Order: sequence, then C-alpha cells, then structure tokens
Amino acid sequence: MAAIALVVVNSPGWPEVRRSFFDLDRFTGSFPDLARAFLLNVRIFLIAEAIILVTALIVAVMRSLPGPVFFPLRALGVLYADFFRGVPTILVIYLFGFGVPALGISGIPRSPLVWAVVALVLVYTAYVSEVYRAGIESVHPSQEAAARSLGLSRFQALRFVVLPQAVRRVVPPLLNDFIGLQKDTALVALIGPVEAFRQSQIKVAASFNYTPYLATALLFVLLTVPLARFTDWLVARDRRRQLAGRAA
Amino acid sequence: MTLLRVEGLRKSFGREEVLRGIDLAVSEHEVVCLIGASGSGKSTLLRCVNLLEPVDEGRIFLKEEELTARGVDVDRLRRRVGIVFQAYNLFPHMSVLRNVTLGPTEALKLPRRAAEERAEELLQRFGLADKRDEYPDRLSGGQQQRVAIVRALAMRPELLLLDEVTSALDPELVGEVLALIRELAEGGMTMLIATHEMSFARETADRVCFLDGGQILEEGPPERIFSSPQELRTRRFLQRIVAAGRLQ
Repeated sequence: MAAIALVVVNSPGWPEVRRSFFDLDRFTGSFPDLARAFLLNVRIFLIAEAIILVTALIVAVMRSLPGPVFFPLRALGVLYADFFRGVPTILVIYLFGFGVPALGISGIPRSPLVWAVVALVLVYTAYVSEVYRAGIESVHPSQEAAARSLGLSRFQALRFVVLPQAVRRVVPPLLNDFIGLQKDTALVALIGPVEAFRQSQIKVAASFNYTPYLATALLFVLLTVPLARFTDWLVARDRRRQLAGRAA
Repeated sequence: MTLLRVEGLRKSFGREEVLRGIDLAVSEHEVVCLIGASGSGKSTLLRCVNLLEPVDEGRIFLKEEELTARGVDVDRLRRRVGIVFQAYNLFPHMSVLRNVTLGPTEALKLPRRAAEERAEELLQRFGLADKRDEYPDRLSGGQQQRVAIVRALAMRPELLLLDEVTSALDPELVGEVLALIRELAEGGMTMLIATHEMSFARETADRVCFLDGGQILEEGPPERIFSSPQELRTRRFLQRIVAAGRLQ
C-alpha cells in the first residue's frame, strides 16, 4: 500500500490529479448537495429491497415446486431468472425507464424514476431468488417428510419448516446482493433522476474538477461498510452457533 | 378389528424393485415388528403406509378407507398415522414444545393453548417436562428420539409407525427409547415397528414378520419365529444376528 502510494504521489501527473480530484474546498463545498441527492439513492434501495425480499421468495418457491403439475410455473421461473440475470442492468433500466412511459398508457406512472426502480427490482429479484433457492435446497428432504407426516400440507411444510431454516442460512449471501443493489442505484442517473452520481456529474461539468466524484464514492462506501460488517458478524455468529451445537 | 390392511404392495426405485407384493394386516392394539436385513424393504414399507413414497401397485386400507385411492386427501389420512424416523428429524429451529405442538395447531387446527396442554402432558409423562424450552441440538440422541415419538403421539394417531428408531443411538441410550415404546404397547397403541433390536421384538411384539428381498417370507408369534423359524433364510438371518451378539 505504502509503495503504491509512493508511486502515485511521485508520478509526473500527480500535481494535476491532486488539483482536480483532491480539492478540499470543492469537496466541502459540494458535499451537502451530494448528500442531499444521495438520500434519493437511499430511498430507491430501501424501497427496492423491501419489494425484492418478497418477490424473490415467490420466484424461488415457484422454482422449487416438485412434480409435473408445476412444470409451467417452474419453467416460468427459470425463464425469468435467465432473462433478467443475462441482460445488463443498465439495459433493463433504459428499456423500462424510457420504454414504458413512452407507451402513454393511462393510469400507469409516467415517471422514469418509478420504472427505473421497477427495473432494479426485476433484475435483483432474479439474483436474490437464486440465493433463496440455494437455501431451500440446502434443507434436507427429511425435514419436509417429517412435516408432511404430521399431516401438514405442502404449503404449511414450506412455511413452518423449510423456509425458516432456508432463509436463516442465506442471510449473508442475501445481504451481499443488497450491497450490489446499493451501488447499482447510481445507474438510475442514466435516465435522468438527480441522485448522488448525477448530482456529482452536474458539479463536475460546471467546474471541470473531479472532486465531487470522490465525495460521491465516499458516500457509497459509508453506506455499504456498515452492511458489510453486519454480514460478517452474522456469518461469525452462525459459525459459533454451529460449533456450540456440535459440542452439545 | 383390522386397522391396517396392505394388499399386493409393490414399489420400485428405478429398476430396483424394493417391495415385491406385500400382504399384511395389523389389528387394533396389535404390535407388529418387521425384521430383516438392511435393504429388505422394511423402511420403504413404512414410508409407503404413510404415503411418503408413492405406491406403484397394490392397495393400502386404514380401517375402511383406502389410502391409495385416487384423489384422497393425503394430509387428512396422514393425521391418523404417526411415523418416527431413524434420524429423529426434529425441527432444529423450533423448541421442543413447538416441535410437539406444530402438528396439532396447524394440521388439526387445535387452539394453541389446548395444543400446549396436550404437549406438556405428554412431555411430563415421558420424563421430558424440563426440556420443553430447549432446542433439539441441546438434547441427547435418546432425548431427541423420545421428543420425536411425543411429537407423533400429540396427533393422537390410530397407528404409529416406528422406523428403526434406535439405530442411530449410542448403545447406552437405546434403553430409554425402547422403554417408552414398551409403555406405549402396554397402553394399547397399535404399532408397526421396523427394528434390529431382536430381544425387544421378542418381548414386545404380538407378531413378527421377516422381510427378505421385498417380501414377507415368514410371519408368526415371536416365540415361534425366534425359536423355530421354518424358512432357511430366516434361520440364517437369525444366526447372523446371534453371532453379532444382538440376541441372546
């Protein structure tokens, strides 16, 4: 680290980079506006996360249903996950953010922001449903057999026995996907809404100084670090519990 | 009066035919032990009776009702037949009390309070009252298996299926589980028991069935099966058991 820092500060372009990226005055000057715009990012991901937690579970359950009767639902789930994991997020945002309002259908929201959030939800639902599904498949079939043998229906077995165990196991990878989502809220800027990244672009364009980008980067890091540490803590706690369980 | 009647039951896993035409009747208050080598079909027979495995051919009746009829409500029929598994299959995310009340509250729609009273009464009777708030991984194997039996009993089943319930236990823990089953037998519980515990089968069973290659090769009162088996394969099996020190 020290060596890299040394190379950077001794590079021929360093004085120029320091002036345009590390301008303290511009940093403190732009920070309040950026922070205000960043609140939009926070709102976007809080809303999206809440929706994704539910929709992803529905898709995961669809894909876990056994037997030929449920083939259409399973196929639909596979198709959905394949499509939205395959198409770049930015394209989905463009398609929904510009495409849907342009249809001019009455009664549906015209704001690109709403449709950008819908796009994020669709993309991340595909990712998170895979996480849930891995959790559901990690619960041993004997657990479902035990529940069904008590006369519980398939749905009750899922609700009371399989899902509680599945969700507990996948909390760390789930939070990991949410860290990705927090960063991707910046993509919404590309269709207009002034969130933190867009705000920093505006400031940069007005001054030809890149310091606002750095300030925005810092805001994102400040937000993701607590979530990352929380994830680490959960993983460590689960490991402790498992060890304790084995010792007992 | 006949409680369970199995007629011409056949079951294959892929190309391997595990049950090749089983005929069996169990009367009310009767205790029937299934003995035979591993892979002879004992467990599969029990799982078929509880409809945990779909039946390929043959019919199963519980009193007058056919379990294998098309369009039967399997959840309703399973409530009348309890099963206890070799690996206990307790729900690890639930306390002992909740393990026992889940079936009554969700499948039988019993009010929570009534289900808890019923559970506490059973836990008390089988010396598990102080474990009601523990989680399964804090219990010994013998305690876990006793809880699993209590969980099945809380549904007040007409028939209890026990699938090698002591096979996963340390030798010093086998006794407490067998004692519980003996107590149930004395109380008049109808049971179909797959077991490797020959001394237990000899003492407790009203009738013993020797399974070999997916068929009931020989059946009769335990005194006759254990002291003067008619079939060569039964004699050989029992000789192996005696040689292994599992039957005095």
